[in-house]
Amino acid sequence: MYKGEWPTGLPRLWTTTKGIPMHLTVDGRAFDVNADPEMPLLWALRDLMGKTGPKFGCGIAACGACTVHVDGQPVRSCSLQVGEVTGAVTTIEGIGTEGRLHPVQQAWLEEQVAQCGYCQAGQIMSAVALLDQVADPTDADIDDAMGGNLCRCGTYPKIRAAIRRAVVLKTAGI
Amino acid sequence: MASVGKIARRTFLIGTAAIAGGVAVGYYYYRKPFPNPLEGDLAADEATFNPYVKIGADNTITIVAPRAEMGQGISTTLAAMVAEELDVGLDQIKVEHGPASYAYFNAAMLEEGGPFAFFDESMTAEIVRAGMGVVGKFLALQGTGGSTSTVDGFGKMRQAGAVARQMLIAAAAQKLGIAAAELETANGRVLHKASGKSLTYGAVAATAATMAPPAEIRLKDKADWKLLGKPQKRIDMLAKVTGAPIFGIDVTLPQMLYGTVKMSPRFWAKPVKADVSNAEKMPGVIKIVPIDTNYGHGFGIIAENTWAAFKAAEAIDAEWADPEYPPDSAGISEVLKQALGTKGSVMRDDGDVDTAFADAPRERIVEADYEVPYLAHATMEPMNATARLKDGALDIWCGNQAPTLVRQLCANAVGIEQDKVSVHTTFMGGGFGRRIEVDFALCAALMAKETAGRPIKVIWTREEDMRHDAYRPASVGKFQARLGDDGMPVAIGMAIASPSPIASTLRRLFPSISPLGPDKSIVDGAYDQPYTIPNYRVSGIAAPASIPVGFWRSVGCSINGFFHEGFMDEIAVAGKTDPVELRKMLMAAYPAAVKVVEKVAEMAKWGEALPAGEAKGMAFTLSFGSWVGEIVQVADTPSGIRIEKMWIAADVGTALDPGIIEAQLISAAIYGLSAAMGQEITFADGMVEQSNFHDYDAMRISQCPAFEVAILENFHKMGGVGEVGTPPAAPALANAIFALTGKRIRTLPLSKEVTFA
Repeated sequence: MYKGEWPTGLPRLWTTTKGIPMHLTVDGRAFDVNADPEMPLLWALRDLMGKTGPKFGCGIAACGACTVHVDGQPVRSCSLQVGEVTGAVTTIEGIGTEGRLHPVQQAWLEEQVAQCGYCQAGQIMSAVALLDQVADPTDADIDDAMGGNLCRCGTYPKIRAAIRRAVVLKTAGI
Repeated sequence: MASVGKIARRTFLIGTAAIAGGVAVGYYYYRKPFPNPLEGDLAADEATFNPYVKIGADNTITIVAPRAEMGQGISTTLAAMVAEELDVGLDQIKVEHGPASYAYFNAAMLEEGGPFAFFDESMTAEIVRAGMGVVGKFLALQGTGGSTSTVDGFGKMRQAGAVARQMLIAAAAQKLGIAAAELETANGRVLHKASGKSLTYGAVAATAATMAPPAEIRLKDKADWKLLGKPQKRIDMLAKVTGAPIFGIDVTLPQMLYGTVKMSPRFWAKPVKADVSNAEKMPGVIKIVPIDTNYGHGFGIIAENTWAAFKAAEAIDAEWADPEYPPDSAGISEVLKQALGTKGSVMRDDGDVDTAFADAPRERIVEADYEVPYLAHATMEPMNATARLKDGALDIWCGNQAPTLVRQLCANAVGIEQDKVSVHTTFMGGGFGRRIEVDFALCAALMAKETAGRPIKVIWTREEDMRHDAYRPASVGKFQARLGDDGMPVAIGMAIASPSPIASTLRRLFPSISPLGPDKSIVDGAYDQPYTIPNYRVSGIAAPASIPVGFWRSVGCSINGFFHEGFMDEIAVAGKTDPVELRKMLMAAYPAAVKVVEKVAEMAKWGEALPAGEAKGMAFTLSFGSWVGEIVQVADTPSGIRIEKMWIAADVGTALDPGIIEAQLISAAIYGLSAAMGQEITFADGMVEQSNFHDYDAMRISQCPAFEVAILENFHKMGGVGEVGTPPAAPALANAIFALTGKRIRTLPLSKEVTFA
């Protein structure tokens, strides 16, 4: 047993992942991956499928940075096992493009919401889901839907303003 | 004022004598103290004029904004400085962070580091300030911190744009055969109005870059600014609303491995027993290696994906040595309180405080003890870095606030020369001072030695991040005031004890250097406030508790803003003076401060009656060269105290981008309110007790008040922006809670005493 000093000659085991093949639809595209079914969806997206839009913040569904949609429902992908995913996954990378932004992204841009920007993928995905369910949310609706999304830069006043703006943009069909 | 401790004076004067001289305007262009780092790495047909400007033959204009973008909008404002003088729009340029280079030293970062208040322009202060600026260059820190980037960049980056523009005009004059004086510039072109001829910058860039820089640099008058002084669209906004891979954690390279770290949960402690065999056998794990740095000891887990690394880290079975500091919060607090009883460095000593208190009648004395806890930075993006060590060269990708430090310390750690290290600085998912540390880069660099040339991305878990910070130090303060017959303070004595961030930082970064002189950051925000009180003494004591502490948004001012302004409120109440009037009277010698207080009071309709169950509190702090007053309105609701509204007035001297400044003031206020409401880092068994956002949370959208902000430009010197909203937030809230409930809370977080809705 190791005592006090650093071990030399640590065992050098080169194992391979004991994954099982699985099939997922992400942002409208099919992915075949080999993953430990217990791996959180977030890490399957980021490390196995190259989808770095959803962010890692806490790993315990406490900050919302990893929010994606599964069949349109917002979920915290850090706390959902990839083996449990049965529906189509949508990330921030799948809702709009640079040339054709989703109205919520457009509203975020116009209100100049982001500061560091790290939480904003999750904020936007929560807001998209909110507006899909409630066309013109009240302040209380916004508090409920966005309360799980932490922002350390304190962009909350602009997030609220951008959600209001997105309502207008969506109504105008933009 | 600015009565300086003897040690400090001697230290700084020796420093000044050794490196006498100053940073002249246009310094880079006359003296070229460092080679232009862009010269070695130009694209085909690209020309560079100085370390800030590159122009391609196709008229692609690239501006280097060599300060870390952590959300504060600095890449946009620095680019606007160059673009303003270069006569191009922000939509016409690309902005890059650029390489780690001493050419990008931050002189302003150290200029305000001497023991003098910002407004003290006595000869000595000016000399020290000039000397410190040169020391800044001498150390050549390419740092982002201290709310210094705009102050530091304002001269040299506008000059960079102006010089390039003048050289482009000269080249166009040659090519067109027209006198330079007849040429104008606009939107990336040189124009000759009379003939209608014009050339793009790209068409003359190659020639222009070979011409001699102008001897005289002409900068635009403020009245002619097109970009500066006006809100700009941030250059990083589109990437941030589309989920683009712009952060360190998003770096993806061919053949990349993944990893994490498990460092000793007791600071500085080595493992006494460790068994990694189970962890190493787990699926997807490649190997587990020891990590030893000046930050501490532990293990690096190298794996095929991040999840496998996280699982293996949990499976490492280790016992760690006992801590070298008291194992729990009560013991650490006791060390601080004992230090408070010892003699410290007197950083302000106006009049004769001892005499003023000697004959004070008891009923004229106000006394209070204050205490604040350790705090974590808790950036949204956990610490991470990606490293590749191949063919004797190290590449590091990470968000960081000090690329030259990353380069130097990582080179030392892997045993190669600095010129073999390339630092690729990404956007940061929050910095707040955490990423001026280099621990995340060191871990990745050391792990890259073990991967046979393959790159490795090392991501910390949130738990590892929360438990291995360079924390905002805990601090205790003892405050006394003697009031006169009119209720105004005649004498104030303040003693503040906390661990020294400077000494702690040196232990981590440069353990062979001993800190010289007192650590000003222990009393920043208390000793340097623009109050005139006849007898006014502020002393700071470095307490010997070795939990790693560092630079947390607004540093000492985050502590002393609360202490000083909470105590000022107590003086106002005891002397039956309105808190706004008290400040206006005591700060009458500083018109910028008075105007800020008047403005914020006017915005908040201070003095007008409020309905029952609502109350306001105010606070003022001068920090990083900006004068900031804040008023908070709170309401008593069935579910607890609700922060309804916050008003902020800030004099920043010159407002380069009012939109970004307003966003920063609100951001910093929310950062301060979050900490005041509920954050604390506590210790048990030598380990940090908090681990994630469930027990170290921050304000949520439902708790966020409405904001109203006024930006003033009365003071004649430009101040910082990124941190200055934080210091008055906690005291304004605590003072409002006193006004609402009659409860004077002198220990943070406030949630120990009240419930927030």
